[in-house]
Amino acid sequence: MPIGHYLVLSGLLFCIGAAGVFLRRNLITMLLSVEIMLNAVNLTFVAFGRQLGSVDGQIITFFVMTVAAAEAAVGLALVIALFRSRESLNPEAFTSLKW
Amino acid sequence: MISSQFDAVIPILCVALAGLVVLLAEAFRGRDEKMPIGGLGIIGLVGAGAASVLLWNRQAESFGVVTADNFALFVNLVLVAVGILTVIFSSQTVERDGLPAGEYYAILLFTIVGMMLMAQANDLLLIFLALETMSIGVYVLTGIRRNQPAGTEAAFKYFLLGAFASAFFLYGIAFLYGVTRSTHLDAISSAIAAQSMSGNPMILLGVGLLIVGFAFKVAAVPFHMWSPDVYEGAPAVVTGFMSTGVKAAAVAAFVRVFLKGLDPMVADWAPVLALIAAATMILGTVVGVAQTSLKRMLAYSSIAHAGYMLTAIVAANGDGADTGKAAILFYLAAYSVTNLGAFGVIALLGTRERANDDLRDYAGLWHTHPALATLMTFFLLSLGGFPPTAGFIAKWYVFGAAVGSGYYGLAIIGVLSSVVSVFFYLRIVVMMYMTDRDARPVPAQISRMAMAGLVLSLIGVLYLGVLPSAVIDFAQASISTIF
Repeated sequence: MPIGHYLVLSGLLFCIGAAGVFLRRNLITMLLSVEIMLNAVNLTFVAFGRQLGSVDGQIITFFVMTVAAAEAAVGLALVIALFRSRESLNPEAFTSLKW
Repeated sequence: MISSQFDAVIPILCVALAGLVVLLAEAFRGRDEKMPIGGLGIIGLVGAGAASVLLWNRQAESFGVVTADNFALFVNLVLVAVGILTVIFSSQTVERDGLPAGEYYAILLFTIVGMMLMAQANDLLLIFLALETMSIGVYVLTGIRRNQPAGTEAAFKYFLLGAFASAFFLYGIAFLYGVTRSTHLDAISSAIAAQSMSGNPMILLGVGLLIVGFAFKVAAVPFHMWSPDVYEGAPAVVTGFMSTGVKAAAVAAFVRVFLKGLDPMVADWAPVLALIAAATMILGTVVGVAQTSLKRMLAYSSIAHAGYMLTAIVAANGDGADTGKAAILFYLAAYSVTNLGAFGVIALLGTRERANDDLRDYAGLWHTHPALATLMTFFLLSLGGFPPTAGFIAKWYVFGAAVGSGYYGLAIIGVLSSVVSVFFYLRIVVMMYMTDRDARPVPAQISRMAMAGLVLSLIGVLYLGVLPSAVIDFAQASISTIF
C-alpha cells in the first residue's frame, strides 16, 4: 500500500482530534481528542518508518506513548480537581478566569 | 577531568539528583519536622552552574544527541540563575499557602531538568521529550494550590492548550523525519542542503507545524491566548518562573532548531517569523495598556518581550547576524533577571487571603514598603527599556541587529511598541509613589531571604545595564562556536 493512504488517514485523525478540542463541551472528551491527535502522529511515524525501512519511526512511537501517558495522568488529576470545585465537566462552568 | 560519554549531561544530572534527594528528604521527614528543602535544590543548581562553567569551551557531547556547546551552557547558566532566584522567592509562598514543600521543589527541579535538556538537545525527538518534561512539570506547578479554583482552571487550560500545541510540534517532527530520514538536527540540515528540498510541500508543512509548537511555548501571537489567564491563575512565584525559564528554554531550542537544523531553509521561515514577531510586539503592547491586573499586564508585557526575542532570531540571519545571535542570549539573560524580580515583588506582597495583584493594590506602596517600591521601580524601568538598566541594553542590541540585517520595519515597530509600553510600566510607578496610601492589607513582614533574592536580581539588572560588555562578549563567544 502506498504511503499516501497512511498519511491521509493520519491527517484526518489529526484534524478530528483538533476539531474535538474546540468543539466538544466535556473536559474528558477534550482530553481524549488530544490523545487522538498524538495517536495520529504515531501513525505518521510508523508509516514513514516503514517507508524509509528504518525502525526509528517505531521507536519514536514508544517515546510518544510514554509522554502521552504522563500527560493523561496530569490531565485526569486536573479534571478531578476541577470537578471537586464545581461538580461539572462543562468548560463553560469554569469562569474564575476569562476563558 | 576524565572525559566520558556523560560529560555533557553532568549539569542536567546535578539538578535531577537534587530533585530526587528532595523527594527522599520529604519522604523521610517527620510530621512537623522543619527541613531546608529549598536549600537542597539550591545546592543542586549551584552544582549544575559549576559543571556548566567547567564544561565551557570543551564542546562535550553525550550519546550523540546532548551537546554542551557554549550556547547551551550560557542558557544553562541563565536557567540556574532563574532556578536559584525562584527557590529563594518560593520559601515565603510555600509557607504562606501551605503548599506541599517536597513536591513543590522536586517538581520545580525536574522542570529545570527539562529546560536544560531542551537547551542542550541536538535532536528533535529529544527536544520534544525535554519540552514535555518541562511542560508537564509547569502544568502541575500552575495548579499546585488545589483548593483554589482559579489555579486549577489555569492549570487545566494551560495543560489542554499545551498538549494541543505539543501534538502540532510532534506532527512537524514526523514530517521532517519522513522527508529527511532523521530527527538529528545536523542530519536534517545536511539532508535539506544536499537535496535542495526547500520547495517540498511536506517539509514546508513540517516547518510550519514546528513554528506553531514553538510559538505556543514562547507565547507569540496568535498562540498567546493562554498566557494572560495562566499567568493570572498561577501563584506569582510560579508565574515568574514560567515567564522566564520556559521562555528561555523554548527560545534556546527555537534558535537551535531554526538557525542550525533548518538553516538551509531560512528564506522560507524568516518572513513568517518576522510577521509573527511584529504581530506579537504590537498586540502585547496594545492590549497590555488596557489591563487592570498587574499579573495580566505583565503577561501581555511578556508576550511583547517574546516578540522582541523573535525579532532577534529573525535578525540573526543577514548582515547583522553575529550581533543578532548574541542579542538573543543577552536578551534572555536581561529579561530573566528583570521579570523574575518583578514577579518576586508581586509574590511577596500577596497574602493568604488575597493575591494583591491588582493595579490598585500598588497605590501608595512607597508609604508602606519603600524598599519594595524602589526595587519594583527598577524592574519596571528595565522591562520598559530605560537606561541604565538591563532592558535598555538588551533592546538596543536587538533593534541594532534588526537594522543591521535590513529589517527596518521590525526595528521601527519594536521601538514604537517599547515607547507605548513605557506608558503602562510608568503608570504603576506613578501609582506607587504619588497616590495616597490605601487601607488594603499587606503582609507586615517580608522575609529577609526573599529580600536578598530581590537585591540579587536588582544587582543583575544594573550590572547588565551599566557594564554589559563582559556579558555581551561572553554571549558572542558562546554563540560563535556553534553556528
